[in-house]
Amino acid sequence: MPAVSKGDGMRGLAVFISDIRNCKSKEAEIKRINKELANIRSKFKGDKALDGYSKKKYVCKLLFIFLLGHDIDFGHMEAVNLLSSNKYTEKQIGYLFISVLVNSNSELIRLINNAIKNDLSSRNPTFMCLALHCIANVGSREMAEAFAGEIPRILVAGDTMDSVKQSAALCLLRLYKTSPDLVLMGEWTSRVVHLLNDQHMGVVTAAISLITCLSQKNPDEFKTCVSLAVSRLSRIVSSASTDLQDYTYYFVPAPWLSCKLLRLLQCYPPPEDGAVKGRLVECLETILNKAQEPPKSKKVQHSNAKNAILFEAISLIIHYDSEPNLLVRACNQLGQFLQHRETNLRYLALESMCTLASSEFSHEAVKTHIETVINALKTERDVSVRQRAADLLYAMCDRSNAKQIVAEMLSYLETADYSIREEMVLKVAILAEKYAVDYSWYVDTILNLIRIAGDYVSEEVWYRVIQIVINRDDVQGYAAKTVFEALQAPACHENMVKVGGYILGEFGNLIAGDPRSSPLVQFNLLHSKFHLCSVPTRALLLSAYIKFINLFPETKSTIQEVLRSDSQIRNSDVELQQRAVEYLKLSSIASTDVLATVLEEMPPFPERESSILAKLKKKKGPGAVSNHLLKTRKACLTDIKGISTPSPSADLLGLRAGPPVTAAAPSAGSLLVDVFSEAGVNDDGFLRFVCKNNGVLFENQLLQIGIKSEYRQNLGRMYLFYGNKTSVQFVTFTTTLNVQAKPVEPLIEGGAQVQQVINIECLTDFSDAPLLNIKFRYGGALQNLTLKLPVTINKFFQPTEMASHDFFQRWKQLSLPQQEAQKIFKANHAMDTEVLKAKLLGLGMALLENVDPNPENFVCAGVIQTKAQQVGSLLRLEPNAQAQMYRLTVRSSKDTVSKRLCELLAEQF
Amino acid sequence: MIGGLFIYNHKGEVLISRVYRDDIGRNAVDAFRVNVIHARQQVRSPVTNIARTSFFHVKRSNIWLAAVTKQNVNAAMVFEFLYKMCDVMTAYFGKISEENIKNNFVLIYELLDEILDFGYPQNSETGALKTFITQQGIKGQHQTKEEQSQITSQVTGQIGWRREGIKYRRNELFLDVLESVNLLMSPQGQVLSAHVSGRVVMKSYLSGMPECKFGMNDKIVIDKQGKGGTTDEPGKSGKQSIAIDDCTFHQCVRLSKFDSERSISFIPPDGEYELMRYRTTKDIILPFRVIPLVREVGRTKLEVKVVIKSNFKPSLLAQKIEVRIPTPLNTSGVQVICMKGKAKYKASENAIVWKIKRMAGMKESQISAEIELLPTNDKKKWARPPISMNFEVPFAPSGLKVRYLKVFESKLNYSDHDVIKWVRYIGRSGIYETRC
Repeated sequence: MPAVSKGDGMRGLAVFISDIRNCKSKEAEIKRINKELANIRSKFKGDKALDGYSKKKYVCKLLFIFLLGHDIDFGHMEAVNLLSSNKYTEKQIGYLFISVLVNSNSELIRLINNAIKNDLSSRNPTFMCLALHCIANVGSREMAEAFAGEIPRILVAGDTMDSVKQSAALCLLRLYKTSPDLVLMGEWTSRVVHLLNDQHMGVVTAAISLITCLSQKNPDEFKTCVSLAVSRLSRIVSSASTDLQDYTYYFVPAPWLSCKLLRLLQCYPPPEDGAVKGRLVECLETILNKAQEPPKSKKVQHSNAKNAILFEAISLIIHYDSEPNLLVRACNQLGQFLQHRETNLRYLALESMCTLASSEFSHEAVKTHIETVINALKTERDVSVRQRAADLLYAMCDRSNAKQIVAEMLSYLETADYSIREEMVLKVAILAEKYAVDYSWYVDTILNLIRIAGDYVSEEVWYRVIQIVINRDDVQGYAAKTVFEALQAPACHENMVKVGGYILGEFGNLIAGDPRSSPLVQFNLLHSKFHLCSVPTRALLLSAYIKFINLFPETKSTIQEVLRSDSQIRNSDVELQQRAVEYLKLSSIASTDVLATVLEEMPPFPERESSILAKLKKKKGPGAVSNHLLKTRKACLTDIKGISTPSPSADLLGLRAGPPVTAAAPSAGSLLVDVFSEAGVNDDGFLRFVCKNNGVLFENQLLQIGIKSEYRQNLGRMYLFYGNKTSVQFVTFTTTLNVQAKPVEPLIEGGAQVQQVINIECLTDFSDAPLLNIKFRYGGALQNLTLKLPVTINKFFQPTEMASHDFFQRWKQLSLPQQEAQKIFKANHAMDTEVLKAKLLGLGMALLENVDPNPENFVCAGVIQTKAQQVGSLLRLEPNAQAQMYRLTVRSSKDTVSKRLCELLAEQF
Repeated sequence: MIGGLFIYNHKGEVLISRVYRDDIGRNAVDAFRVNVIHARQQVRSPVTNIARTSFFHVKRSNIWLAAVTKQNVNAAMVFEFLYKMCDVMTAYFGKISEENIKNNFVLIYELLDEILDFGYPQNSETGALKTFITQQGIKGQHQTKEEQSQITSQVTGQIGWRREGIKYRRNELFLDVLESVNLLMSPQGQVLSAHVSGRVVMKSYLSGMPECKFGMNDKIVIDKQGKGGTTDEPGKSGKQSIAIDDCTFHQCVRLSKFDSERSISFIPPDGEYELMRYRTTKDIILPFRVIPLVREVGRTKLEVKVVIKSNFKPSLLAQKIEVRIPTPLNTSGVQVICMKGKAKYKASENAIVWKIKRMAGMKESQISAEIELLPTNDKKKWARPPISMNFEVPFAPSGLKVRYLKVFESKLNYSDHDVIKWVRYIGRSGIYETRC
């Protein structure tokens, strides 16, 4: 590009800028600027024409003032005039002003676009470049609309200069990023891909950015680029450092292009063609070989460029995950970097190794570096590097080195940065559990964890240790002993008290033989922590006390004394007070047998899905890391499958999925709490039945209620099946319905099922469903349930078939505003036509084909039969797949019916 | 209490930094620079809170003075101190400028040591300070023990502002009543707000320890006298008295006497000082009336006509009159015609400035201007800022009159009649604006 010649030096601008710089204060600066603005305004007034030079000078000054942070509200017209100048400098300033200052809604856009169009069609490459740069800088939608068709043509035209092609490629990339819908590559695709073969390296570099971006959206169309990219890459890699002249950077041939090529290849799976694949493998080997060569220069730029290519190559190897040989070599190369002087290299090496660790081919190779990584964790000065080291340790952990890694992580935890502690704790907890062969080791580890970093131990972790202890008989004694010892520390964390309270409450008897941990000693130890704890912990401790009464009758009087004290029985906290009162009564009224039943040892927990892992993922945020975690998890799972574990909890970590283990879990009180929580009216079970007649209405740990129903005109019959899921019988089982029903058997044997029949007649239209109240005794506790019976107005539909014009005639007849109900709502489920049809048929109306002109839409017709009257209803459902929304319109001769139908249906799709 | 005091130049470089308390760290200096001096948006509040630290600042020309504290101090006290500090510095080395501060570096630190102690303000009376903080280098050798002990007894004594044994051949007194009048008027001539803030500045050259008594036409005093004494001229006294909204005094004034008798009596410091400050809002004499007339002719032209009328005795002359007419931001050219004085369009200030050297009372004068505008694509309408005015008149717009100033010196043999007294009234414009 032509340099600005001396004569164009714009002295006035230089003077103005130096004046501004010499201003002593902000006020002086503003004064100077005001003066200049007034001067420019008087010049732009239009009574005499300005020559190009002065126009350029003033526009330049305006630009400078704008960049100083002042508002400019004139001069746009002059800038647009500059665009049509033939002088490079004037055109340049004009474009500069427009890229910086013109906002998209300006009326000048049309003029600007015109000028750009002229420049694009001119044969002058510098002007074309200026125009392309301006389009890319503004990058607005209007620009995209005006030029998205034009630029690909310039890009692939045979006679376009190289520099223009580069600009065109980058400009197109920018437009594609701002408005992808407007840039349609279709016909140009193959020619754009062939730009990879261009003679000019600059064009290739620019084009590859564009291709990478485009191929991420539609990989199939650009598939052909793989072989071209590989051949281009192999030519670069095999070239000597002098071959590429301008494109050699500190003895590295075309580093940017190489990196981009490697990155493009990462968008695709390994090439299927053997020859291409062989060539690519060769390239990658060469890159790895080159890393071993002594550096050609001591300059940091040389090693940076070389390493950049190397890291991209390694990412590609990891991405392919199919060449064991390369993977191991990559791993060894990274191992060298682990001890490199450069902090960034160490960081990158650790990060890449994390992904390598998840590949089955290189997992072993990664493991050989364990000592170095542990060392990095301990001695590294940069916290981000330490974090990566911790990640890597987590990723490389398996059964063989779990003990060592967990021990190292635990010891690091004491000094770890606060920001990563919680994550570290989760990782230690997961590793300890995943690879625990010996459960006493597991218990030790987790208790240690709580001791070292109690504040960062989330609820899940200590829930899990309790689940495992309860599920495994062999560690219970050991766990009780360990927590007892841990609690003896003068200051212990609240989480430790929780674990201690729970475990001693359950298994305190296992260590009661030892006089040093006699029941009373245990109780006193727990109670000494009581006053320091928060309310939930205290509640848990109270439950532990009542369990003590059951386990050790000799402590009864002491504990009753404690429960009876004012600080418990009159505690201001309702929960604590209630527990104290109930436990006190329980201990004094109930016989030992009853006590033993109520306070029985907790049953083993059912196996559940993983959730600590989910928490860890959530912490890390979406993206590459979580992906990698998934991979590691997959790898670990295959590991576990290989070694058949005796433990039933080989699949780990599942807590949230099941009912929460509340702090109150170990007592009869918890049962009460459970029941209360379900005493509300169950709603979602109800909604499932709008479109179907049979299924399970309700299910909890005790009871399952199934439904079978049939409807004909305004009559219906419903069969309710009550299934007892426990092994104990339910007594005094009664159901009351606010509609008449046949009485049900008052007794349900364990595991048995009883049936109840309800006859239904629809007298008039209704919107509230009948309520079914169920009461029964399970063990001693009274259970109370209220359910909505799934009887809805649509059950009484008679389908009506009608032709298209009939339908629309009736539709128009029901045109009163109150007869129509409409709702627009988001899709809750996938928009599958077949499923939708099934649901609409389940509704009871007739689904009319070929009625609506739009085949996507559904129309239905039906008549609701009640004893009093018949209500004709028409329905129209318009799905919008793009927005994932539906519009539902219901018209019927009665307004309450349309409204109710609309409400019911809106929840279904 | 004040934790530290910093002085910056306009670039934000620290010229003086004095920390009085440990709770103010070194980074406080930077915090103020970054958040106030170099702030993107101009900081208009004089009090800024940054990281639980309060910064109180005043600006004198290009110099920033900032007092810093972490405690909940009386902000008015801090500002009073800062103003006093400015007065002291002005008294020592003239204008507060970067160069003067750099040249008097040591002196300023010395002063700061004296007038603030652990963040508590001490004696900041210039006269007293000058006796022991001097600019003439170390005077210690020449100062006798006697002189030193005299200074000590004065500074620590009851009348810290005046030393004993002052002697003048001519006993003289100068009394200036300086007022600034503030006004905001609607285009139709309705007064939207007006007040006068005034100061009574004295310069006294009196021998010995004189006792002075100052009297003015304060409404409360006049009314009281009118009631107590015989009712001679009841109408006249009521007319000529003024209602003072609030006032503050120099520390030498006996406040107890003012509270009980509303009489102002004091032993004056030697040299120049400000005896009192006051504010009035009622019955203000507005020296000038501005009548604006703005007409927009199309999108590209604006016609402005402004008439000013002087409203005081024809025998008096107003001086340094300046009328500032703001112009729109897209002004591209201005033509002005005025009958009197000089008028000029100042592009750097976006205003037409009309200057008149002198103008007698009960006269009027006018200016008309034609402003050409550049059409812009901005739809914002011009906000029409008010027309402002500057002037100086030789009377007190509040109507304040000095009734007497009596001097009693019992030990030395001069009486009230022997003292030569000079009284002067100056009324200046403060913010004197008329909307257009």
